[in-house]
Amino acid sequence: MDAHSEVHAEHAHPTPGLYLKIALVLFVLTAFEVLAFEAGRGGLGAGIRPIFEPITVVLLIVLSAAKFALVAMFYMHLKQDPRLLANVFIFPLVIAASLIAGLIVLFQYWRVVGAK
Amino acid sequence: MSDAAAHAMEHPTSTGIDSKKVAIWTLIGSECLLFASLISTYLVYKGKSLVGPLPHTESQCMLHGKMQACEPIFSIPLVTFGTAVLLFSSFFIVLALYGAQKGNRKMLVGWLSMTVLCGLFFIGMQVYEFTHFYHKGLGYSTNLFSSTFYTLTGFHGSHVTVGVIWLSTLLYRAVKGKIPPAKSINLEIAALYWHFVDVVWIVIFPVVYLMR
Repeated sequence: MDAHSEVHAEHAHPTPGLYLKIALVLFVLTAFEVLAFEAGRGGLGAGIRPIFEPITVVLLIVLSAAKFALVAMFYMHLKQDPRLLANVFIFPLVIAASLIAGLIVLFQYWRVVGAK
Repeated sequence: MSDAAAHAMEHPTSTGIDSKKVAIWTLIGSECLLFASLISTYLVYKGKSLVGPLPHTESQCMLHGKMQACEPIFSIPLVTFGTAVLLFSSFFIVLALYGAQKGNRKMLVGWLSMTVLCGLFFIGMQVYEFTHFYHKGLGYSTNLFSSTFYTLTGFHGSHVTVGVIWLSTLLYRAVKGKIPPAKSINLEIAALYWHFVDVVWIVIFPVVYLMR
């Protein structure tokens, strides 16, 4: 298989049926995000607040990452398109995530050091 | 016309991938870094505002020339609805692209129109939200929260606006019958940009609106 036919074979995009399923999953995940937020601030009852409050941020990060991955893989066709395109996207994405994490850690560190 | 036939009409490249597609992915990669800097700035200054209004808690704020108690400023139901609309616009544009690739003009024009309408709704929601916040005393330089919030969401909103203008020009061409399957790559490029705008909001929505 030469390079061109390999690209065409990989290029078969999903069907509208799969697109609809992804849309519904995204909608449900968004609903879960809002429910996690409400549970964490006691909007769904004071009883479950102590359970959800410490894990709300982690839950939101996981749900958001899942939605991000679904859109990138299926709607942006990274799952089907040539790997080069995924690399062009993922490399700066890793740098971006590292930048966010690095700055948060740095400023938290200086806040602790500055408080002493 | 099949995908393979459509590709055969494009210029051959050393990678076998259309140059426009590599270009838009490179742009999206660089945009990731822009939004990473804006999101990290928002997070670094989160919770450090000295006066209100604040996003999730009651505070003291300067309104009409005197200090007074202010309620939390966010309206989660409105933004959740806007988020859902933006998510569904991504679904609508993949259906429009599917129609373009299959030569189904009715499907292309219908779903592309829906995508533009969703984009317009989102912009309208953001304009309403910003106006509402301003009237509640949250100007651009009121506190650290307002400066970082308006910069981050404003940059995203400007990207949505560019996307709506881009998709509107493609809609005009589609109505005129100027997007045959062989030229569906032009819509695919715009769709990739639109999906990127969507994934950025997928990050902004929980980070800004839901994390207390």
